[in-house]
Amino acid sequence: MSEFVYLYRGGEERTSSPQEMQQIMQRWMDWLQGLAGQGHIKDKGNPLERGGKIVRGQQKTVSDGPFAEAKDLVGGYTLVEAKDIDQAAELSKGCPIFDAGGYVEVRPVMKM
Amino acid sequence: MSDPAAPKSGVDLDRLFRSESGRMVAVLTRLFGVHNLGLAEDVVQDAFYRALQVWKFHGLPENPSAWLMTTAKNRALDVLRRQRTARTFAPELSRMLDSEWTLVPTLEEQFQPHAIQDDLLRMMFTCCHPSLSEEAQVTLVLHILCGFSVAEVAAAFVATPAAIEKRITRGKKTLATSQDLFDVTKDEAFDARLPAVQRALYLLFNEGYHGASPDAAVHAELCWEAMRLARHLREHPRGATPATHALAALMCLHAARLPGRLDAAGDLHSLLDQDRARWDGALIREGQRLLDVSASGRELTPYHVEAAIAWVHAQAPSVEETDWGQIVGFYDTLMRIQPSPVVALNRAIAVAQHQGPEAGLRALDGIEDRGRLARYPFYPAARGELELRLGRCAAARAHFQAALAQARNPTERRFLEQRLQACRD
Repeated sequence: MSEFVYLYRGGEERTSSPQEMQQIMQRWMDWLQGLAGQGHIKDKGNPLERGGKIVRGQQKTVSDGPFAEAKDLVGGYTLVEAKDIDQAAELSKGCPIFDAGGYVEVRPVMKM
Repeated sequence: MSDPAAPKSGVDLDRLFRSESGRMVAVLTRLFGVHNLGLAEDVVQDAFYRALQVWKFHGLPENPSAWLMTTAKNRALDVLRRQRTARTFAPELSRMLDSEWTLVPTLEEQFQPHAIQDDLLRMMFTCCHPSLSEEAQVTLVLHILCGFSVAEVAAAFVATPAAIEKRITRGKKTLATSQDLFDVTKDEAFDARLPAVQRALYLLFNEGYHGASPDAAVHAELCWEAMRLARHLREHPRGATPATHALAALMCLHAARLPGRLDAAGDLHSLLDQDRARWDGALIREGQRLLDVSASGRELTPYHVEAAIAWVHAQAPSVEETDWGQIVGFYDTLMRIQPSPVVALNRAIAVAQHQGPEAGLRALDGIEDRGRLARYPFYPAARGELELRLGRCAAARAHFQAALAQARNPTERRFLEQRLQACRD
C-alpha cells in the first residue's frame, strides 16, 4: 500500500440552506466512513480556514493570503492508503465535493 | 416519511440544522436588534458553514446543538466588538453590550437555554405582525424559524422563487420598521397576538397536509415544522392555552394519517380508501392525550372541533365502522362557530356517508354560498363521487371533468384522473 494526499479544492457550500448543508455534511461523513471501513484512511485530515498568512522571500515578508481564486483554494486534506495512484484516483470519485463544483487533487506521498 | 413523533425527546439529528437555525437566528436577533436580522442570519450561516467543514472530517461532536450555539456565540461576540461603533444593536440591551465589562456576562445570559426558548417565541410572535398578510406571516415563519431557503419555501408553496423572495424582503422590511421584537413578557400583548400565531401554525400545517407540492417529503417536513413550533408554544405558560393544545392535537391526529394519505409516488388517496394500517398509532395516542388536555377550559375553538373530527376518524377501524353521525354533529358545531363553504362541503360528504348519497347531494345543494367554491376542485369532485355511487356514471364523469379543470397541482390532477377512470370501469 502507498500513501496519497487528497487536497480538496474549491466547492462553494456557503450559500446552501441549513438543510442542504446538513445533507452535504452527511454525504461527506458517509463517504469518509466508507473509505475508513475499507481500510483506506490513514488520517481523515482536517478542513482549513480560508485565509491565512503567506511568508515569502529572503526578507521573509509576511502578508495576508492566499488569495487564490475560491475555485482553486485548498479547503482541506485527507491522507489515504491505496494500491497505486489509479486506485487512489478511483476512490476519490465518491467525494461529495464534485456536487459542489469542486475537485480533488490526488498526490502521492514521496517515500524514502 | 420519517416518524414525526420521534423528535419529542432529545435532538432529531436529521433536522438538526433546520431546527437549530431558528433558535440561533432568534437569539442573535434579540442581541443585534430586529433591524439587523440579516446580520443575524449571516452569523448563523457562518456557524453552519464551520460545523459543516469540521464535522465532515471529524463527525458529530457529543452535543451538536451546544457546539453550534457556542460557535454562534463566539461569532456574535466578535461582531458586537468590531461593529459596536458602526451599528446600533438591540436598543434595550445596548448599554450592556457597549461596555466591555458587561458584554460577555450579558451574552452568556442571553445564550442560556431558557432565554433562547423565550427568544424563539419572541421571534414567532414577531413574524406574526398584524400588518403582514397571513401568507407573509407563514412565509416568514418558515424562512426565519425553520431555516427554509427561498428556493425551499418556493418549492413548498409551488410559487416562483422571485415571488417568495419579494414576499420575504417586504416582510423583513416590515419587521425592521417595527423597531422592537415582540415582547412576550407583556401578558396582554401576548394574549392578543396568540390567535394570530396559532393561525399561522395552523396554516403552515395545512400547507403541509393539503399543500400543492408534488413531493411527499415536503409535506412531511412542513407538518413536522408546524408541530415543532406548536410544541414550543405549548411549553410557554401563557402559550399553553386550551386552543394551543387543541391545535397540537389536531396536528398529531392529522399527521398520523399522513403516511396513508400520499403514497410513495406522491399520489393522493381519499380518506375513504386509505390503508389504515399505515396510520401512526403513537401520534394518534399523543393527539388523544392533547385533546383531553385541551378540554380543560370553557372555550370551544374550531381547533377543538377539527381535532375531535380527526379523532373520530382515527378511532374507526374502517370507513364503514366510522361514527358518521357524530362527525356530522361536529361539522354542525363547526358551521355554528366558524361557518365556511369548505366546512359545509365536508359536512355534506359526512352526511352522504351517514345517510347515503342522495342525502349528501341534497346537503351539497343546500350550501348557501357555494358560488365561493367555484374554483375549488373538491366541490365538483364530491358531486361526482356521489353520482358515481348512485350509478349515474355520465353525470359523475361530467363532474370529475369539471373538477379536473380546476385542479391546482399535479397531485390533485392525478387523483381526479383516477376518479374519472373509475367512471368508465
